[in-house]
Amino acid sequence: MHEHPAAGTSEAPGRLGALVLDIPQHDIAVAERVRAILGGRSLSVAEAALLTEIEDLAATVASTRAEIVAMGADDINASHIPSATDELDAIVTHTATATDSILESCEQLEAMMGRLGREDAQTLQDAVTRIYEACSFQDITGQRITKIVAALQAIERKVAHMIGLFSPSGANGRTSREPAGPASLLNGPQLPDAAMGQSDIDALLASFD
Amino acid sequence: MAIDKSMNVLIVDDYKTMLRIIRNLLKQIEFNNVDEASDGAEALSKLRTGNYGLVISDWNMAPMTGLELLQEVRQDNRLRATPFIMITAESKTENVVAAKQAGVSNYIVKPFNAETLREKIEKVLAHA
Repeated sequence: MHEHPAAGTSEAPGRLGALVLDIPQHDIAVAERVRAILGGRSLSVAEAALLTEIEDLAATVASTRAEIVAMGADDINASHIPSATDELDAIVTHTATATDSILESCEQLEAMMGRLGREDAQTLQDAVTRIYEACSFQDITGQRITKIVAALQAIERKVAHMIGLFSPSGANGRTSREPAGPASLLNGPQLPDAAMGQSDIDALLASFD
Repeated sequence: MAIDKSMNVLIVDDYKTMLRIIRNLLKQIEFNNVDEASDGAEALSKLRTGNYGLVISDWNMAPMTGLELLQEVRQDNRLRATPFIMITAESKTENVVAAKQAGVSNYIVKPFNAETLREKIEKVLAHA
């Protein structure tokens, strides 16, 4: 905080006038209100300190606005997040298509088992079963990606709110109220280190018996 | 006790791939009468008009979740005794507890293997 030169002098309204010239239009009203309250008298030390704080705050807001404009924050919502969401959707679509193709091949292999000897048929059956088990990855990755998309959308809302608060136009502001969240029991897949395994779940179920 | 593998089984999941995997795994253990639903509401409609000996359901679906489906089944006089297995990626303790309290017959966490599916089905149907 810098020392305000107007303290204890009659220059205060003039200094305030200079401040008015430096700040955006919607802040002028605030400054004029302060000047009206002062009614042309000198500032006390406490009032001067307060005025200095207000000046610093105005400077911080102006600087933040300039930084937001410079960083192109609008692009985050207009381009980056929608693009990332589209890419994630494409991953889900492509993995689903690939998985369906693998499953179709497995079904064709299973249809051939009747033509094989018992041992070979069993070997083929075991291999196909392992492929079926592995293909369930598509469900898990799909759910994980859905969680990521939800996180991106939450970021999008926060960025829109921030832009609305600080942008010069203030036109992009949206409510910061979060949409109704998913039910508390819909957590999706847990990370491996945090997840309960089947044996843990079996033990938990058995504890009810 | 011998298990009647000719019974109708309803599998419920919003991922078509998962329905296909479970259907194929059931076929390997000789359950050939398998029907599908893509969410709880469709499943409930099928259950109320059909005759199913086992339900195998995912949890995380819209508009009706697997837990809500289970609760509806257990409150329906005609359906309340139907064996119900949850197969889900939801593996938190509170999920398992909520499912158990709602009357789930068994609970399989994804990703699962064919042996676990077979074992749980046999266990559930043996007690049905």
